[in-house]
Amino acid sequence: MITIRNLSKSFTLHNQGGAVIPVMAGASLTVAPGECVALVGASGAGKSTLMRMVWGNYLAASGEILVGGVNVATAAPRQIIALRRATLGHVSQFLRVVPRVPTREVVAEPLLALGTPRTEALAQAEAMLQRLNIPERLWSLSPTTFSGGEQQRVNIARGFVHSYPVLLLDEPTASLDAGNREVVLRLVEEAKARGAAILGIFHDEGARARLCDREVDVTGFTPGLAA
Amino acid sequence: MTLHHAQQTEFSPNIRLPDQPLLKVESLTKRYGLRIGCADVSFDLFPGEVLGIVGESGSGKSTLLSCLAGHLAPDEGRVIFDTASGPRDVREMTEPDRRRLLRSDWAYVHQNPRDGLRMGVSAGGNVGERLMAAGARHYGAIRDKAVDWLGRVEIAADRIDDRPSAFSGGMQQRLQIARNLVTGPRLVFMDEPTGGLDVSVQARLLDLLRGLVRDLGLSVIIVTHDLAVVRLLADRLMVMKGGRVVEQGLTDQVLDDPQHAYTQLLVSSVLQV
Repeated sequence: MITIRNLSKSFTLHNQGGAVIPVMAGASLTVAPGECVALVGASGAGKSTLMRMVWGNYLAASGEILVGGVNVATAAPRQIIALRRATLGHVSQFLRVVPRVPTREVVAEPLLALGTPRTEALAQAEAMLQRLNIPERLWSLSPTTFSGGEQQRVNIARGFVHSYPVLLLDEPTASLDAGNREVVLRLVEEAKARGAAILGIFHDEGARARLCDREVDVTGFTPGLAA
Repeated sequence: MTLHHAQQTEFSPNIRLPDQPLLKVESLTKRYGLRIGCADVSFDLFPGEVLGIVGESGSGKSTLLSCLAGHLAPDEGRVIFDTASGPRDVREMTEPDRRRLLRSDWAYVHQNPRDGLRMGVSAGGNVGERLMAAGARHYGAIRDKAVDWLGRVEIAADRIDDRPSAFSGGMQQRLQIARNLVTGPRLVFMDEPTGGLDVSVQARLLDLLRGLVRDLGLSVIIVTHDLAVVRLLADRLMVMKGGRVVEQGLTDQVLDDPQHAYTQLLVSSVLQV
């Protein structure tokens, strides 16, 4: 479901003397349906950069990123938007929402965007919030005022409310207590079982050992560091 | 039952996309004497897409919007709209045809609601007037529809006979949106729609706009200098400087990985809160 071939990336900092910083070269990997692959490597090695390129908010300099048949590296914005709506899910570490929108609406939004009837979308959102132990009294409030762990779980609820065939997970178990961590691990296992291809960053070693079929060390893709 | 049983996992790579742009803009140029208003602007807008146009004051974004919406005559270029009878260059339409387009398929939300509302006419009248201009005649049906739309923009039904001058800024802006959307336009132009509002009212308006865009499948061109607004509202972004488009792409790509020197400066200049 994800095939990356010979991907490279550099940043040009126009306002800092036009410095060109190569950050990735020759990155290649695949993730099959039902498989979970962990990106590993030291901080700054390019794990997040690679994830962002797959998500499409970082431009590739060269190479291919095939996700569900779409080459994200060259696709038109509207193709990437359609891909994100139906196929490619993303659980980031940051919750970015319109202020004052109730939590249940935030979580239901991916379903509403897919045309799911409103009552059904809200019911599924509530079931997901329940599963992630977000107290019902919070559902009608905006998540912008929630604690870090609660925001993280709202983000996870939004990422799992639709059965995306491809999922990007950026530290999904960070800042969670043991009980909620277990809920998230089960969600990921269920996603794998239904055939989702998952690419993720997991600093939580126990989670990585339990969920991931393979590890890819991005240090090998760092220009100047690759042996 | 778990959530996943209710859903079908689909692996189909075939994503259905409309292949006909709703609006096709080719090499649009407007000069003010020797000065450039906007130069050589080209883009396609597809059904259901929200395009944000950002840039500092004087970058040409408002000139561009005015040229697109037919408020200003461009010097060069084409604006081709996919009308009911096929794609047509708006500039070559007869005046009555163009007026009909402005009243039915297109809508324009001004930054200042006073520019888009009739301040001496009741809220219901403001909404009903546009319906009548589009051909509605039955008073009861017009009033029902006006009430329905006031409800959608969260204006209580008992305010229908009040004039907009008795409304707050945020309410006036919501009324302007109702007046514009009541005729079911396919393309909406917005010039800094959240501009003069305080932040809490802005958030509510953003949420309202997002819902309407999603539920009605609207295409929107929104001009703003507020990067936070486009991040939450726009699918695609165009960055203008000195009348020219210096960069365009997916909104989060342009904001997170800007390529042009000016965009990098713009993004890095935003104050964090």
